[in-house]
Amino acid sequence: MSTPHDVRFTLNGKAVQARVEPRELLIHTLRERLDHTGPHIGCETSHCGACTVDLDGRSVKSCTLLTVQCDGAAVVTVEGLEQGGVLHAIQQAFHEEHGLQCGYCTPGMITRAWRLLQENPNPSEDEIRAGLAGNLCRCTGYQNIVKAVQSAAGKLAAAAA
Amino acid sequence: MGEMSEIQKREAALQGLGTSLLRKEDARFIRGQGQYIDDIKLPGMLFGGIVRSPYAHARIKGIDKSKALAVPGVVAVLTADDLKPVKLHWMPTVGGDVQAVLADEKVCFQLQEVAMVLATDRYAAADGVAAVEVDYEELPALVDPKKAMLPDAPIIREDIKDKTEVGHGPRTHPNHIFTWEAGDKAAADAAFAGAAVTVREEILNPRVHPCPLETCGCVASFNKATGNLTLYVTTQIPHLLRTVLAMLSGIAESKIRVVGGDIGGGFGNKVPVYPGYVVATVASIVTGVPVKWIESRIDNLSTTGFARDYHGIGELAADADGRIKGLRFTALADHGAFNSHVSASKLPAGLFSICSGSYAIPNAYCRVDAVFTNKAPGGVAYRCSLRVTEAVYLIERMMDVLAQKIGVDKAEIRRRNFVKAEQFPYTTAFGWTLDSGNYHPALEKVLKAADYEGLRKEQAARRADPKSPTLMGIGIATFTEIVGAGPTKVCDILGIGLFDSCEIRVHPTGGVIARLGTMTQGQGHYTTYAQIIATELGLPASDIVVEEGDTDKAPYGAGTWGSRSTPVSGAATAVAARKIKDKAKKIAAHLLEVAEADLEWEIDRFKLKGDPSQFKTMKEICLVSHTGNLPPGMEQGLNAVAYYDPPNLTYPFGVYLCVVDVDRYTGEVKVRRFYALDDCGTRINPMIIEGQIHGGLTEAYAVAMGQQLPFDEQGNHLGNSLMDYFLPTSAETPKWETDHTVTPSPHHPIGAKGVAESPHVGGIPCFSNAVIDAFAHLGVTHMDMPHSAYRVWQQCKALGLTAR
Amino acid sequence: MQAAAGFVHAGWDFVRAAVGFAHRTLVSPPNLNRTHGQTGGDAAMIPPRFDYHAPRTLPEALALLGSLGADAKLLAGGHSLLPMMKMRFAEPAHLIDLSRIDALRGIREEGHTLVIGAMTIENDLIASPLLQARAPLLPEAARQIADPQVRNRGTIGGDIAHGDPANDHPAIALALDASFVVQGPKGSRDLSADGFFVGMYQTAMADDEILTQIRVPAFPAKTGWAYEKLKRKTGDWATAAAAVVLRLDAAGAVSHVRIALTNAAPTALRVKVAETLLLGKPLAPAQVDAAARAAMAACNPAADLRGDVEYKTAMAGEMVRRALAKAAARAQG
Repeated sequence: MSTPHDVRFTLNGKAVQARVEPRELLIHTLRERLDHTGPHIGCETSHCGACTVDLDGRSVKSCTLLTVQCDGAAVVTVEGLEQGGVLHAIQQAFHEEHGLQCGYCTPGMITRAWRLLQENPNPSEDEIRAGLAGNLCRCTGYQNIVKAVQSAAGKLAAAAA
Repeated sequence: MGEMSEIQKREAALQGLGTSLLRKEDARFIRGQGQYIDDIKLPGMLFGGIVRSPYAHARIKGIDKSKALAVPGVVAVLTADDLKPVKLHWMPTVGGDVQAVLADEKVCFQLQEVAMVLATDRYAAADGVAAVEVDYEELPALVDPKKAMLPDAPIIREDIKDKTEVGHGPRTHPNHIFTWEAGDKAAADAAFAGAAVTVREEILNPRVHPCPLETCGCVASFNKATGNLTLYVTTQIPHLLRTVLAMLSGIAESKIRVVGGDIGGGFGNKVPVYPGYVVATVASIVTGVPVKWIESRIDNLSTTGFARDYHGIGELAADADGRIKGLRFTALADHGAFNSHVSASKLPAGLFSICSGSYAIPNAYCRVDAVFTNKAPGGVAYRCSLRVTEAVYLIERMMDVLAQKIGVDKAEIRRRNFVKAEQFPYTTAFGWTLDSGNYHPALEKVLKAADYEGLRKEQAARRADPKSPTLMGIGIATFTEIVGAGPTKVCDILGIGLFDSCEIRVHPTGGVIARLGTMTQGQGHYTTYAQIIATELGLPASDIVVEEGDTDKAPYGAGTWGSRSTPVSGAATAVAARKIKDKAKKIAAHLLEVAEADLEWEIDRFKLKGDPSQFKTMKEICLVSHTGNLPPGMEQGLNAVAYYDPPNLTYPFGVYLCVVDVDRYTGEVKVRRFYALDDCGTRINPMIIEGQIHGGLTEAYAVAMGQQLPFDEQGNHLGNSLMDYFLPTSAETPKWETDHTVTPSPHHPIGAKGVAESPHVGGIPCFSNAVIDAFAHLGVTHMDMPHSAYRVWQQCKALGLTAR
Repeated sequence: MQAAAGFVHAGWDFVRAAVGFAHRTLVSPPNLNRTHGQTGGDAAMIPPRFDYHAPRTLPEALALLGSLGADAKLLAGGHSLLPMMKMRFAEPAHLIDLSRIDALRGIREEGHTLVIGAMTIENDLIASPLLQARAPLLPEAARQIADPQVRNRGTIGGDIAHGDPANDHPAIALALDASFVVQGPKGSRDLSADGFFVGMYQTAMADDEILTQIRVPAFPAKTGWAYEKLKRKTGDWATAAAAVVLRLDAAGAVSHVRIALTNAAPTALRVKVAETLLLGKPLAPAQVDAAARAAMAACNPAADLRGDVEYKTAMAGEMVRRALAKAAARAQG
């Protein structure tokens, strides 16, 4: 019972593989086998979003995914956003707008915000708040996170122009 | 703005006090490179999973480990019997009681710890936990604190049944913990007897939970060869925890190292010493390998330090104009099954006697009766400053109740009773000396900014329209709170005074490292303490490294809770920096061959009075202090350590105003506007302060509008996961407007007070006052929290407002 | 629901949902904290062991389902099933993942019928220009389900097939006069939504069938719609919700109306009595009132932390009023 599976996927652009039981959750594979401790665990009922990663271009809660479901997928975590030593605009914006305090929700929040701005490059405040409603934060009250997303949206638009 | 002068440029380069310096701690967090407890991986590490009781009150007839031990990967199963040989099946609490580490013969709250399964990985641990079989004999549960002291109440704490006291004075019943009083009852009673107006309300602060996003956990690592114990742990009190562990384990304190690394939020939840830490430590000692224990969210909500559960009665006596002559506040406190929450030995109900608030009340009395129930232990937690949230909720609610009784405007009643600016420092009827305050201008500032007059006019118009689908409420809170525990003559934990510390070392090249006894969990200490030092020493904050949390390195302190870091360690920082500055001045005088009295300090250097071309910068002195070119008899180096015993606590204050619109047909409450003015004295980093206000207001909103931990009559939890426990998302959270005044603390070296808990303490009554104000014209004087749609609708229905 | 004697109220939502899974796997209804205490503790986010299958075609999936029988559960979005398994309330020996079957995804139009693959995720319903134009009730409802991440995995088919009265799509489907195509070993059946939801966690599907398509008649011109959902917070199930579709004739009388309730009874509830009261008459306040009261009389909600029976019943009525008002405005606009 419980035949292990060989799972192959890309993690932040690099090919990785793992031999896992079907019951192994993606969050645990990422954190414990692949040493990417950016995504965090904050609950066990799929509410808090601290575990958010990007799977094939969509924000997902990695605590509610089996690693075996990810065979062939492209996974992005917060660790993959900095490229060539240069922070992504969303990371820089979180810093500049004081969009983090304890930092625990931050990897999931940034990974979600990063994808949100690709889905909607010029979101209104309400769209930002609705777009981040799957990520809980206990420290910031969200207001500066919203400012960070707005700031990043502006910088990305300017860079694209 | 124009060009900056040279002096302004030098000051700006320091990025010291008053600057919105971007945070030094961000760099790792935005890259996902924080080091939280569950990120730690040590060779040979075992994983511990705790088996917990499904019953709130039961005897343990037997524990069968055999199936669990047969699970592949399971190494051991520990129960109370395994802890008895080392006398660790019970442990002292920081509240003066004892608490079961693993349940010994009986369980006293649902999900109490019964056994720990040790396994090679967390999946095997989970399988092991599922396989442990415990035979329980259920007992009747005591859930209602009002029934705790009835003659036929079930006795919960058989272990202390015959003890006449549990650390805080005589007990009158096996379920009684303590009765604590403050003030002058006779004088208060006399004031009530002679008063023109009296008001009384029963006011509940429901049981809630701080719920930081990271749950509690630890990695315990005992080295059998050296006898050294290292505990990596989610703690707000690293040094106190080390001392407690030494007392518990018999291991010398010099061989124990506690490391609080990055912590994902504390809010008071990470102050207590939890059984999981102790069992993991024992497990590591027994097995000789590191043991990791990380709790689940449900366990966090169900078993770790909850907050509040104060069943209060508020009474005010006043003259016909609403000037308060007497105050009587009492509370029945449900502490759960063990008295585990932090409390100074003389102050088992914390700082509850701040309940006279911002008002000059001549006669006051308060009393708290604490009882055991079959629920998880706790009580003091959640950004509360030690029962201050409960106290401020009571007084700010009662001000509104009084205002309504005599028909005076809710802002005006406060004006009439405020301590006046010229009365500071003001000693309250309870004996707290409020260090500084200036309430009237703060109130006027907020009322003007929010157009209070216009709001009341709008409200009157709405009230006059019977068809209005919403009711409008305006809430005001003008709070004073008390933070910065505290003077050792009053404040201690297990006898250890609540001083704090800062040790500063300056490097030859001008860099600085400072270590403190506090413990950040997101408050930005690595940035704000650096700013204090930057201004004191004239060295740039960018070159000042701040460390906390490793008891091997940091000087002794009482940790971070109750907004005490700036008041106590911030003061220690300034004192230590000034010792260094004093020494530096002597070196400067020696280098310039002048007397010290001929020098004056300017931003980053000592200048010769009358000849500004003669100066020595602090940076130069850093290098010189490591050479032989020093005044005769002076030791090398520019280092200092200060242990600061504050002369008083600090008393930040604020004025908050909230406008709500209540949907009378669903009970939903929409926050239209929230204006928050805070005065925390000298403001070290305005950006960080604003962030703290946003966060505290959001937590206040959650408490006032939806949080609760309900139980059924058997003591079963009814809403102990994030399915039900209300944590607002970005979509639910209102927008916050912040403002400030600055009234420095006269006794603090840099005039600063704590601030991070004020928005929670002041926010909760502000929201509550707003909701109740929506119904005030219909005779409603109080509604208990949480003001969920369901509960508000019930009020609407009772008033006939829901009929279509 | 049929509460077992001594059944404790704790963690009602989980218990309720767990019973749904227990229905197939013969695990007796657990109490969240009792089972949690006995089996979970802190390691409570680790599922028990199972075997995993990811068929690439529907026949493969059917064959697996047939051979594994009651030991297997279908995995759609997984955001109902996996949380239950993590808490060990559901312990299937096999999971059959439907996500590799491309034929089960997609939204297209066949004549005047919108054909939605059962494995279509909620966010794709929201983003679909076809649905926005031809059956906008679906995107409106999907927007109110869960949160953005969950909507990237949760599927319309999973939401329907589970038969959970707290899920939103059953009431939506009733309001849309939708039908469901289910595939079994003996072939496919087309089942009307009306009559599909038989009881709590019980649908008209057989255990060896897989829901493959949701078929929705495209809205004729001047159709009004609304989904009014009262909830405590993002991600919560409805305290009460009402789905309304209606059309008015040239004289302003109601020519077509559907009213269906979420989480107000053991199944999604179409309130035909309320519909009958409205048909043929203009939508005046007295009519709206009568319809709302009829809905309240018909519903039978369970008390929980969201509210007692009185509140939930009143909210069902209130959501009907608001949905009717919004739908009427849209029908005329």
